Amino acid sequence: MRRATIADYPLILLGLTLSGYGILMVYSAGQTDVLTGVAYLYRNQIAWLAISVLAALAASRLSVRFLEWVALPAYVVTIAVLLLLFVFGSGAGTAASSRAWLTIAGHRIGQPSELAKITVVLMLARVLANRREAPSSLVELWQPALIAAVPTLLIMLEPDLGSAIVFVGMFFAVLFWFGVPWPTLLMLASPGVSLILAFSTRLWALWFVALIGLLIYFYKPYLLEGVGIVLANVFMGIIAPLLWDRMKPYQRQRLLVFLDPSSDPRASGYHVIQSQVAIGSGGWLGKGFTMGSQKRLAFLPAQHTDFIFAVVGEELGFVGVAVALSLFLVLFLRTVRIAARANDTFSSLVAFGLAASWFVHVGENVGMTLNLVPVTGIPLPFFSYGGSFMLTSWIAIGILLRISSEGRGEAGALAI
Amino acid sequence: MSFHPNEVARRGRVASAALFGGFVILLGAFFRTQVLQNAQYVLQSESNRLREVPLPAPRGVIYDRAGRVIAENLPGYSVSMLSPRADSLIAVLHRLRETIPLTNEEIDAAVRRYRRSPNRPTAVLADASFDVISVLEEHRVQFPGLIIQAAPKRYYPDGAAVAPFVGYTGEVTEGELGSRGYGSSRGYRSGQQIGKAGIEREYEDRLRGREGTRFVEVDARGRVVREAGAREDILPEAGPPLTTNIDMDLQRFVAHLFGDSLQGGAVALEPSSGAVLALYSAPSFDPNRFIGGIPADYWRDLNADPRRPLYNKVIQGRYPPGSTWKLATATWALENGVATLDDVMPTPCTGGFQYGNRLFHCWEKKGHGSLTLSQAIEKSCDVYFYQLGLKIGIARLVAGGVALNFRERTGIDLPGESAPIFPYSIDYYNREFGAGHWNSSVALNLAIGQGENSQTIMSMARFYEALATDGREARPTIVPRADTTRTRIFTLTDAQLGGLRSALAGVVAVGGTAAASQIQGVTLAGKTGSAQNAEDPTRTHAWFVGFAPADHPAIVVAVLLEFGGHGGRAAQVASKIVAHYLKVVPTSHLQTEG
Repeated sequence: MRRATIADYPLILLGLTLSGYGILMVYSAGQTDVLTGVAYLYRNQIAWLAISVLAALAASRLSVRFLEWVALPAYVVTIAVLLLLFVFGSGAGTAASSRAWLTIAGHRIGQPSELAKITVVLMLARVLANRREAPSSLVELWQPALIAAVPTLLIMLEPDLGSAIVFVGMFFAVLFWFGVPWPTLLMLASPGVSLILAFSTRLWALWFVALIGLLIYFYKPYLLEGVGIVLANVFMGIIAPLLWDRMKPYQRQRLLVFLDPSSDPRASGYHVIQSQVAIGSGGWLGKGFTMGSQKRLAFLPAQHTDFIFAVVGEELGFVGVAVALSLFLVLFLRTVRIAARANDTFSSLVAFGLAASWFVHVGENVGMTLNLVPVTGIPLPFFSYGGSFMLTSWIAIGILLRISSEGRGEAGALAI
Repeated sequence: MSFHPNEVARRGRVASAALFGGFVILLGAFFRTQVLQNAQYVLQSESNRLREVPLPAPRGVIYDRAGRVIAENLPGYSVSMLSPRADSLIAVLHRLRETIPLTNEEIDAAVRRYRRSPNRPTAVLADASFDVISVLEEHRVQFPGLIIQAAPKRYYPDGAAVAPFVGYTGEVTEGELGSRGYGSSRGYRSGQQIGKAGIEREYEDRLRGREGTRFVEVDARGRVVREAGAREDILPEAGPPLTTNIDMDLQRFVAHLFGDSLQGGAVALEPSSGAVLALYSAPSFDPNRFIGGIPADYWRDLNADPRRPLYNKVIQGRYPPGSTWKLATATWALENGVATLDDVMPTPCTGGFQYGNRLFHCWEKKGHGSLTLSQAIEKSCDVYFYQLGLKIGIARLVAGGVALNFRERTGIDLPGESAPIFPYSIDYYNREFGAGHWNSSVALNLAIGQGENSQTIMSMARFYEALATDGREARPTIVPRADTTRTRIFTLTDAQLGGLRSALAGVVAVGGTAAASQIQGVTLAGKTGSAQNAEDPTRTHAWFVGFAPADHPAIVVAVLLEFGGHGGRAAQVASKIVAHYLKVVPTSHLQTEG
C-alpha cells in the first residue's frame, strides 16, 4: 500500500463547484420583484462558504484515529445539546412550529441536528468497527440501533421529521456497508414498514402475511427474535392510528397533500403545486438566470431554502437540473469510492455514512419539489441558504479528504 | 469476513448502481415535468403571473339618416380592483371607503362580481367622476391592486327625445350572464356594459365591438408589479357605426310637440319602405342618467310615475282602435264586394241604430242622415258602419282582421313589442262567452273598432301604410334592412284605393272630423278615433292615423293621446308632424269640435 496524493482534488473541486452553483442560486432567489431581506443573503452565504472551507481544511488535519477517539464525547455532547433544544429551541421557515434551532437570548445559534449527523456517523462507525463479524441476528444490533435511535427520536420530537428520516437512512446505509445481510436489514425495517402500511388495514394484513412467510422460509430466526419481530409489527400496526391522531396538524396536512396536492391548493398544497409549476414551466433551458416569474412574483415559497431547487428548474431548465444532479451523482460516487478504498473499517463506514446522509438529503429535497416524496422541510446540501448545513457539509468534505488521503491509492474493484 | 476487500468492492458496486438508479429516476421525473408537460406548466405559470384587464370597446355610434349623432361615447373612467381572495377584496374596499364614497350596495355588488370571475379585475365603479379619479391617483400606493381604466361612456345628446327608440345601456346582470344570450360563451363577463332597451339592445351584437385586453403582471399577493409590457396588449375594437332611418329633426320636433303635458305616443313612417322616421312615447326618460348605474331615487320615481315613462306606448301600449278601425272594415267590405264606395245603407243615421232590444248610438247625436261609404268615412258615422258590419257578418269581420295582420306584431326592430289583441275566429266568442250566449251584435262593436280589439299605435300605422301605398305593407324598421320585401295584406282596384284616400282626405277637409288639422298646400288624409278607456270612461284616448300628401303619400303618421278626448286633438298633433316633415304650414287651428 502506498499513500495517495495528499489531497483529493476532485472532491474539493466538486464541493466548490456545488457551493458556487448554490450561491448563485441563493443570489437569484433574492432577485424578486418586491425585494425582501433575501436579496442580501447571498453575501452571508459567501461568508459561510469561506468559514466552511476553512473548517474543512481544519477537519482534514484531524487524524482518523483522533476522530475515532473523539466520537464518544462528541456523541454525548450532541445528545446533550439536542436535549437542550427542548428548552432553548425555536422554529423557522417551513417548520416554524418546530424547535430545530438552538436559540439563546433570542439569537439563533444554529441547527444542532446538522452537526449531529456527523457525530452519529462517527459513533456508529466506531461501535461497528470494534466488531469482527457482521451481526447475524437482530439482537446483536442493539448497540448501533440505540446509538441511532436516541438522536432520531429526539429530533423527531422537536419535531423535525425530515432530519429524522436522514438519520434512519444513514443508519441503514451504514449497516449495509458493514455487511449486515439483506434479510436482517429487512427484518429491522419491518416495524417501520408496518407503521406506514397500517394506514390501510388491507395493505398491512398483506404485508403481515408476507412477513410471516419470510420469517419461516427465508430468514429462519431464533424463536425469541422471531416472536419479537412479529410483536413489533403488530405493535406498530396498532399504534399507527393513535400516532396519526397525535400528529401535528401541519404534519398530517403534509402527508395528505403529498397524496393529493390539489386537495388543498390554497394552503398546504400550494407550495408543492407552485414548485411544480416553477419547474415545469422552465422547459429545456429555463426562463433565464434570475428571470423566473414564479420566484420573482413570490409564488414560489421558501425559494432560498427548501425550494431552492425549484429555482434551478425554473431559471436554468432541464439542462440546469441535469448539471446539478450530475454533480451530486459524481460527488456520491466519488465518496463511495473513498469508502471502498478506505484503509480501515472505521474510515470506510464514516465515508459511506456521510455519502448516505447527503444522498438522503438530495433525494428528499429534490423529490419534494416535484411531489415525489412528502414535503419535510429539509435543505439541499451546498444549495439551500443556511450556515450550519454548509458548515456540516464542508466538515464532511474535510473528513473525507483525510480518509481519502489515508486510503489505498490503488482502485479496488471500483472503476470510477 | 464481511470487510474483505472483495466484499467491500461488491457492496460498492451495489451502492453505485443504487445511486445511479436514483439519479435516473430523478432525472426522468424532471424530464417528464419540464419537457413533456412543459406546455401545461407554462400555461399555469402565465395565468399565475398575468391578470387580464379588460379594455372596454367603445360601442358603435348611432346616427340618424342624415348622419346626425343619436348615441356616442364620451371619455370616462372605471375603477376596478385585483384581489387574491374575496375577504381581502372586502377589506380593501372598506379601506377604500375612507378615501372615496362607496355604498354598502356597491361593495356587495363588487364582491358578487369577484365571486363570478375572481381572476378578472373586479369593477368597483363603472363610471367614476374625475374628482374621484384624482383622489384615487393620489392614494394609489395604498391600494396595490387598484386599476383605473379609461372606459368609454355612452352619451345621448338628445337625451329623453330619443330614449323611446334608442333605449339605454347598463351593466350586464347576474341573471343575464346566466342566460344564453349574454353567457360567457358569447364573450360576456361581469362588469361589462350592454344594451338594455331599444336599439341599444336590439343591435347589441353589432354595437358592442370587441373587448381588448391589457396584461398586468401581479405577484402572489395580487399586487400589480408591472402595468404594461408584460405581454402585448390586445387593443379593443370599437363597434361599427349604426345608421338608422330616424330623422332627428322630426324626432326632436315630435318630442317637443308632446312636451311635458301630452301623454301618449306617435310614430312616423316612410310608406314605401316602412322606415321609421320618428318614434316617441311620452313622457320619456333621460337615458344619460342610466349610464354607470341608475340612481336609486330616479329609478323609483320612474317606476312610481302613473304616466309610465318606461313603457313604450308606441309598441307596447294596446288601445281600442276606435274609428281608425273603420278603414279596416271598409277595406274588407270593398275587397270582398260587400259594398262599394257609393253604397247607401238601408237605415239612415238618426243618431242611433236599433238592433234587437238595444239602441246603438252614433257619436253624432243629431244624426248624419243617409250617407255613402265615402261620406260615412269622412263623417265617421257609426250607424253606417253598424249596418256594414252586420252585412259583412261577424265571422267575416274576424277573418278580415286576421287577414289584415291585426293579430300579429309588426316585427319592428325593437325589443318588447306587444302583440295586438284580436279574436282568432268566432270560436273566440264561443270560448269567451259560451256558445249561444252571444249574438251578432258583437259585429256592430267590432265594425267601429270597439269590442274585443286592442291595437298598438305601430300596428295601426302599419295598416295605414298599406292604405297609403298599394295594399302592401313593409315591415317597420329603425335600422335599414337588406330585406325590403313588402307583404300584400289586401287587394283593391286603383279606383277603390283612390276613393278610400279621398274619403280620408275628406276627414281633414271642411266638414270632416279633423277639419281643424288642414295643412296649407298639402292634402292630409287620415282618420280620427276616440277609444274608450277602461280606466276612466269619461276620458277617451284620442287617435289619429293618416298620411300625406293624400295622392302621393310621403309620410304615414299615427298619434295616440292618452285621455286626449276627441280624435281631432290627435289630428292636430299629426298635422304638425306632417307639416314639419313636408316643410309646409298647417292652417290656423279653429277649435271646431265635430
